[in-house]
Amino acid sequence: MSVDKDTVAKIAKLARIRVADDDRAALAVELSNILGWIEQLSELDTEGVEPMTSVVAMELPRRADRVTDGDILQKVLANAPEGTDRFFAVPKVVE
Amino acid sequence: MSDLTKATMAEARDLLQGGKVSARELTEAHVAAVEAARPLNAFITETPEIALKMADASDARRARGETKGALDGLPLAIKDLFCTEGVLTTAGSHILAGFKPPYESTVTRNLWEAGAVMLGKTNMDEFAMGSSNMTSHYGKVENPWRRQGDNRALVPGGSSGGSAAAVAARCALGATGTDTGGSIRQPAAFSGIVGMKPTYGRCSRWGIVAFASSLDQAGPLTRKVRDAAIMLGGMAGHDAKDSTSVDRPVPDYEAALTGDIRGLKVGVPKEYRIDGMPAEIDGLWQQGIDWLTAAGAEAVEVSLPHTKYALPAYYIVAPAEASSNLARYDGVRYGLRVPADSLDEMYEATRGEGFGAEVKRRVLIGTYVLSAGYYDAYYNKARRVRSLIARDFAEAYEKVDVLLTPTAPSAAFAIGEKMDDPIAMYLNDVFTVPASLAGLPGISVPAGMSAEGLPLGLQLLGRAFDEETLLRAAGVLEEAAGFTALPQFLAGEPS
Repeated sequence: MSVDKDTVAKIAKLARIRVADDDRAALAVELSNILGWIEQLSELDTEGVEPMTSVVAMELPRRADRVTDGDILQKVLANAPEGTDRFFAVPKVVE
Repeated sequence: MSDLTKATMAEARDLLQGGKVSARELTEAHVAAVEAARPLNAFITETPEIALKMADASDARRARGETKGALDGLPLAIKDLFCTEGVLTTAGSHILAGFKPPYESTVTRNLWEAGAVMLGKTNMDEFAMGSSNMTSHYGKVENPWRRQGDNRALVPGGSSGGSAAAVAARCALGATGTDTGGSIRQPAAFSGIVGMKPTYGRCSRWGIVAFASSLDQAGPLTRKVRDAAIMLGGMAGHDAKDSTSVDRPVPDYEAALTGDIRGLKVGVPKEYRIDGMPAEIDGLWQQGIDWLTAAGAEAVEVSLPHTKYALPAYYIVAPAEASSNLARYDGVRYGLRVPADSLDEMYEATRGEGFGAEVKRRVLIGTYVLSAGYYDAYYNKARRVRSLIARDFAEAYEKVDVLLTPTAPSAAFAIGEKMDDPIAMYLNDVFTVPASLAGLPGISVPAGMSAEGLPLGLQLLGRAFDEETLLRAAGVLEEAAGFTALPQFLAGEPS
């Protein structure tokens, strides 16, 4: 499977990563090489094999449905690149 | 290099317990070593004040006749992937610029509760993606080892390269690492030290910056197998905050080091004898088999038929999980923000500038294999292959107790080598990735030297949650190998 410049632009958009126009062609070659190498999996017959869902066989633990923390507003906001004393601030999303 | 930094973790513990040295003296020696080793760039953040404070608290406890256990007063280095409360945590990435976690990871909390002392945060490949430590935003790390007659700087391996370099250069008695596809074992082999990845679920992942959640597992890097046993005991344990953490008691790992492996069945997987493997690595592998059989073990050839598909399956599963985990870095709540006019543009600009080339490559691959129309062909296919690989191991462990393999297909390479071909770099993990996919424990033990004078490691793999047998066999391998060579760079000594 090979990807072209336009596909790179499309996945970069999906991944929300800005990729400069000039870098798309080189990235398309790199990604194609990696995907081409991954392609060797297709020679393996996996018909009837269950996909692995859990590395270690265990039952998913459950906990009581109750709040175990809270009142840590300042801790939550402490690392915000931009914020007010109560909120994270982002560029305007509604005109 | 002071005598205190030469000591193994077990020796340092015995000195502390015997009152021969104080935690402060031990810590001061290591703080000085961390400073002296700055040319290696093994640390992103040094925390000498915290270290001395923790050491004084340890001494005060001991003066009262109290102790928190085996690790009390022992200075350790922490990979910068573990969140440490109030201390910069970067994951080697620009996108976490300035991030000081408001909480402590469970593994580091366990270590501090066992009395350990934090020397600082070690450098690493960005988001633990790499096998060379070349992808860190904070610069490359140099391996303290050099080839004979060649002064070029070598990589320490990755992604726990800073941790490995710090332990090998005698800056820390031990260091935490994380291993997703080989990130503890491969740098341990490249740096002539011991590196152990326990069974998936043995150490809590809570508070460790996530790369690929179904693979990530924390473990120790130390200079001796006994030290790995001591340190793992301090890191492991059940944690309700990680739903994949296993609720099993933590055994006394050090007690497992009986030195007796008579009757142990050691599997030698024939598929690991790959094309183009250097003769010296093949030779060391055979030597390892001979050492274990001389100690009373029985070598058995086994087959792991799907081995060759492990790496390509890994390079679907790991990037897929990474693309999802790394979606949280958006410039809103922490770390870097690159301003832009709209929210979407801000996300794209922040992630475009904040992620390095290898991380972008993997997030894009992950996004692609998870995208509509490809999910089944790639991601589900890889999960099926993963089941087959796990089955291979399960069948092998019906016949044998442990497996012996080389850790890596080469010794440490020079900085700059293999950088232009991502796949050549990925092949470093050919022997470590299969066990990662199956969640199994593994340990790399320094076992010999290459013709160029560099350390080479042998890897032992074990059954799930059978770290004790693994450590016992590793102890015998270490004893037989008698690896005593020292790297050219030792902290505080003229090199």
